[in-house]
Amino acid sequence: MDQKHIRNFCIVAHIDHGKSTLADRIIEKTGLLTEREMQEQVLDNMDIERERGITIKAQTVRTVYKAKDGQEYVFNLIDTPGHVDFNYEVSRSLAACDGAILVVDAAQGIEAQTLANVYLALDHDLEVFPVINKIDLPSAEPERVIEEIEDVIGLEAKDAPLISAKNGIGIEDVLERIVERIPAPSGDPDAPLKALIFDSLYDSYRGVIIFCRLMDGKVSKGTHIRMMATGATAEVVEVGTFGAGQFIPGEELSAGMVGYITASIKNVRDTAVGDTVTDDDDPCAEALPGYKKVQSMVYCGMYPADGAKYPDLRDALEKLQLNDASLNYEPETSVALGFGFRCGFLGLLHLEIVQERLEREYNLDLVTTAPGVIYHVWKTNGEMVELTNPTNMPDPSEIDYMEEPIVSAEIMLTSEYLGAIMGLCQERRGRQTGMEYIEANRVLLKYDLPLNEIIYDFFDALKSRSRGYASFDYELKGYEKSSLVKLDILINREEVDALSFIVHADSAYERGRKMCEKLKDEIPRHLFEIPIQAAVGGKIIARETVKAMRKDVLAKCYGGDITRKKKLLEKQKEGKKRMRQIGNVEIPQKAFMSVLKLDSE
Amino acid sequence: MLTPKQLNRIMQTIRDGFDMPAGIEISMECNPGTVNEDKLRSYMSLGINRLSIGLQSSDNNELKILGRIHDLADFEATFTSARRVGIKNLNVDIISAIPGQTPESYLNTLTYVVNHDPEHISAYSLIIEEGTKFHDLYAHDGSVSTSPSGSVGRPISAEERKKDDPTTVNINLHHSDFLSDRPPLPNEDDERRMYYDTRAVLAKAGYVRYEISNYSKPGYECRHNNVYWTGGNYIGAGLGASSYYMGYRYRNTADMASYLDMYSDGKGDLKHREFTHPTDKDSTLVSDRLSLIENERIHEDIQKLSVKDMMEEFMFLGLRRMDGISRKEFADKFSDPYDVIYGDITKKLAKEGLLESSGDRIRLTDRGIDVSNTVLANFLLD
Repeated sequence: MDQKHIRNFCIVAHIDHGKSTLADRIIEKTGLLTEREMQEQVLDNMDIERERGITIKAQTVRTVYKAKDGQEYVFNLIDTPGHVDFNYEVSRSLAACDGAILVVDAAQGIEAQTLANVYLALDHDLEVFPVINKIDLPSAEPERVIEEIEDVIGLEAKDAPLISAKNGIGIEDVLERIVERIPAPSGDPDAPLKALIFDSLYDSYRGVIIFCRLMDGKVSKGTHIRMMATGATAEVVEVGTFGAGQFIPGEELSAGMVGYITASIKNVRDTAVGDTVTDDDDPCAEALPGYKKVQSMVYCGMYPADGAKYPDLRDALEKLQLNDASLNYEPETSVALGFGFRCGFLGLLHLEIVQERLEREYNLDLVTTAPGVIYHVWKTNGEMVELTNPTNMPDPSEIDYMEEPIVSAEIMLTSEYLGAIMGLCQERRGRQTGMEYIEANRVLLKYDLPLNEIIYDFFDALKSRSRGYASFDYELKGYEKSSLVKLDILINREEVDALSFIVHADSAYERGRKMCEKLKDEIPRHLFEIPIQAAVGGKIIARETVKAMRKDVLAKCYGGDITRKKKLLEKQKEGKKRMRQIGNVEIPQKAFMSVLKLDSE
Repeated sequence: MLTPKQLNRIMQTIRDGFDMPAGIEISMECNPGTVNEDKLRSYMSLGINRLSIGLQSSDNNELKILGRIHDLADFEATFTSARRVGIKNLNVDIISAIPGQTPESYLNTLTYVVNHDPEHISAYSLIIEEGTKFHDLYAHDGSVSTSPSGSVGRPISAEERKKDDPTTVNINLHHSDFLSDRPPLPNEDDERRMYYDTRAVLAKAGYVRYEISNYSKPGYECRHNNVYWTGGNYIGAGLGASSYYMGYRYRNTADMASYLDMYSDGKGDLKHREFTHPTDKDSTLVSDRLSLIENERIHEDIQKLSVKDMMEEFMFLGLRRMDGISRKEFADKFSDPYDVIYGDITKKLAKEGLLESSGDRIRLTDRGIDVSNTVLANFLLD
């Protein structure tokens, strides 16, 4: 097909502003699927995505639209992940597009992710046009939102389609606008192959399926392809395009097209997002810009609740990684928890998703240690150690200084919560870098925040303190010197490695105290007294005691009680099985996780 | 309470079906103030020779807190009547660790009971069980430090609550004054003191503790309770009654309508049902009996005990008794030597000071009794 009739675009929006619904409508109106075939949201086809209402893996769909000018156009709608954890994936998806539809909620207006995403799109030189969604809501204020878009983003919005994706209002407008406003691709089909990988998927029959956008050249069955960054090579088995939820094999992909390539590749790591695919026999001169090796931002230990399930956990991680190149893991051993893995994630949401998938899809019961970030430990001998597991922290005498990752954060909120949110940022060691009034009562706050202060429960705190009226986005800024210490927890005078974590020196006491209190509640009474202590550098800074059990006896046990009493004893015995033995103390699995939620009060 | 006529019918039915040797223990429970001398005399003439009276406390305030409708005067009258009509074997139930109770007031109860010189005393320490209203009231203020299931500090879901049956210690909580102004549970120190005082005071008065909560004058151990703890058969008749019979444990329905339906002849009269105890020699009867247990519509939660079940019960019921269990009896009953099944755990628990063995017998130590759930859970087999 002539490039003139191709439109490659994506939809950008703040979460819940209706991106997926609009995508569904576009697919519907272009007649590719009947209503009956439509799943509720065609693009989000993973369970977890649906439940959380967010898109984890970018997906893409090709539809055919017959425009008012009588011509048929191929629309490649590239879905982008909707969460800050997946920023890099978003940026690669954008790079595969020529334009973007900006969806803004007619009632809520611009939110933090609206800004972040639209700037990202503009950075990629995409043609962006706004669409005002949910105009049928009673609280819709399209005029105000149009003004906001023009004032804040500087996009012309006067003629923006006013739509309701949910109720199918104004969709035709959007379709025509796509044809008019999104530029057609303009690559050279005769130049050497140059294709951008914006996603990949592992299929147990076909191996890795590369999702790509061809910038130049052609690819077809038999082409010897090479991934320019990873160096992997393979022979193409099949190429094709994306139907809704299915792969449609084709003869050839050429410049301007979006499609997939299979080549019996065994590992998604060979086909990193952002990498350039070229023809090994006729390579292009240089790769596409912007490729980054995906860096894990958040680390934690994952252990099978039942030690015997270690091989199962390993297999499950292996399988997950086939599909999720941003998941890292390596084996580690904990005195308290036995054999497990130190896993690296893009962010806390990514961590939670992986954890959930392991538990749900692989039926594993997990114990997770406190998530941490990568610290830079500069030793007195000039060497720098990247620290992902607190247990590996060098002896304080060997440490010159330490650095921690800092993010620049943007928080959009209504002004009545300004005080509360500034207070929160302050508590989290934030440094204000800016504050702008977008409107009379809407403020954009800018803060530099240590990453380790936001990976626990910052989102939750933000939500509760602003009653949901604040939105948040961040990106990694860099590393800064910081006064950090390792906080150790001793239970019955034995250090429990799985409970150690790195904390800013100023909050060590507070955290240590809270940890001890929490653990005191979580650890059942034993036949003996159990001291719980928090220590920094061998010095005890907080202590609680689990008193010895004095009475655990059934007063009555007669004929009618026996079955029930036995169940009670069985429950007690079962409870023991779910505990971890540290010395002669039994610690419930959930104690390891409950300490992650210290700030809930 | 049953009228003498009703009791007579029951007793007659039992006599028709079972051998009743001379000297058999026939025990009856009553709440203070529910019987008078005439009634007691009639009961006695029908064979009742042991009476158990639920005093609970000698403090009228504490009785109120427990939701009891009797007062001390009622008890006094009932006890005196029982003695006057010549009942020679009396039990009195008391409870310690009642909300608002102090070691002093409990000591008064103990002294009061001892002065009445009953042959048998059951002394229970109040346990707030999960799934009871009492638990709901006390679980949140931290005063319930230990629950019998050992799930300390664990929030209980409504789901789990439903699964647990109501408590052992029956407490009525419909008294609104109690709900609005509930006294605190005794603290742990006081609770333990009451518990230890029980033993000391009763021992001094000549009572031998033969089970965790049961004390008697020599020769007055409750025979039917001992049946439960030594794995004997028992048959429960009536609504909701439990039985352990021929290796089966089961419970009668608690639904009055279906219960009556089972035993009614359709004309408003009860059917007369034969109930003969089969002997091992009579194998046809044995199998008939088993099928009857399994097919009886009013029987619920029918459970056939496996050898493993029986071993476990042998231990966790037997160890409730102060003289514990006998290795030899275990071996005779199960044809597995005790040490093969429980040798290791016995050694471990003995080392921790929770069990002691002397000769053939193994019993809980004082400390072992205090934390007996923890100890007994060890005897459940995988």
